[in-house]
Amino acid sequence: MAEAFKFELVSPERLLVSEQVESVVIPGAEGEMTVMAHHAPVMTTIKPGVVTVKTAAGGEERYVVFGGFADIVPAGCTLLAESAVAVKDVDRADLARRIQEAKEDATDAKDDEARSKAEQFLSQLTTLEGAILPA
Amino acid sequence: MPSLKDLRNRIASVKATQKITKAMQMVAAAKLRRAQEAAEAARPYSERMGSVLANITQAIGGGGDAPALMTGTGKDDVHLLVVCTAERGLCGGFNSQIARLARDHIRKLLADGKQVKIICVGKKGFDILRRDYASLIIDRVDLREVKTLGFVNADAIAKKVIHLFNEGGFDICTLFYSQFKSVISQIPTAQQIIPAGVASAQAEVTDGGNAVYEYEPEPGEILSDLIPRNISVQVFRALLENAAGEMGAKMSAMDNATRNAGEMINKLSITYNRQRQAQITKELIEIISGAEAL
Repeated sequence: MAEAFKFELVSPERLLVSEQVESVVIPGAEGEMTVMAHHAPVMTTIKPGVVTVKTAAGGEERYVVFGGFADIVPAGCTLLAESAVAVKDVDRADLARRIQEAKEDATDAKDDEARSKAEQFLSQLTTLEGAILPA
Repeated sequence: MPSLKDLRNRIASVKATQKITKAMQMVAAAKLRRAQEAAEAARPYSERMGSVLANITQAIGGGGDAPALMTGTGKDDVHLLVVCTAERGLCGGFNSQIARLARDHIRKLLADGKQVKIICVGKKGFDILRRDYASLIIDRVDLREVKTLGFVNADAIAKKVIHLFNEGGFDICTLFYSQFKSVISQIPTAQQIIPAGVASAQAEVTDGGNAVYEYEPEPGEILSDLIPRNISVQVFRALLENAAGEMGAKMSAMDNATRNAGEMINKLSITYNRQRQAQITKELIEIISGAEAL
């Protein structure tokens, strides 16, 4: 039984999660990472992906987040997501719309830097779509 | 002197008006509660954002790699004013208060020989400012269709502003909105969002604050990602406060209207009763004097 710590998932609209958890898997910008109690202080941006929360009570919850950043201190972890929804509530149409927008961004990009950024974002979104759509 | 029938009609129409204002007041009260809840739900995010921002700025120490959105262009020639008002009227002095603050600000800037650009959010502010400064308004955002204010709405506005900034469209951006204090008081406020004052990062560093953070990616990179987001959050907060303020103002305005209608009904009823009594007395006198003459 791992030690529990405080995890908060906040989106601009509301506070989604605020509870004691065992571990959280965060889709960091430079790779996924699992956060447990007494983690070294880290601040990282996150990419679109799935956050997996293992609660102290033993349950497991999954949330889809679209970008944001995480603030990790030994005592807890705060995830500020641009928008976040529980996996079971994900709106397919919304996801499809975001992908469509990302595609448009990629084709409209003026310079190489912007294009590679847009394409990266697009690939993250499609990976995400693959990850949450039940096979 | 109006006839009895006229009076009756008057009373009926005032009563109908009173019913409408009463209903509007109750609707506003319900909406106010929802708007307040939304504003409250959004608070944790902006608070955390503030403390994270404080952490990072501390880490960077105001070094040279702070993004331009934060340090500004170093000039202060062109000002952009984002004026947020309500979409609808009938809410007392709510809209005109914000517009007045904005207008005073514009007048001062123009007197100083600065260039001013305006983005109007909400129809009412646009209508008011259009009268004097139509040539300065470069854009307007219509939120009329929006049922529930979402972060996307604020994000769209913030993106517009940031895009304009990156094109060198302005040097300083100020946000005008109404701060929700209570149902009866909303304070029109001007808040500078670009360059983002480090003063906004006043929040106390959270627990374990003096620990040395690791940054992934580099602090500068995080910051350049964070600042635009922070602007969106500020705009979002302004919109939410505005929504709550509008409903509060509407509620008290409609409450006043209902009370006025009640007073009017009282006065009219008294006149009506008096006149009716006068007529009865007159008829009685006629009958009695007729009987005496026999």
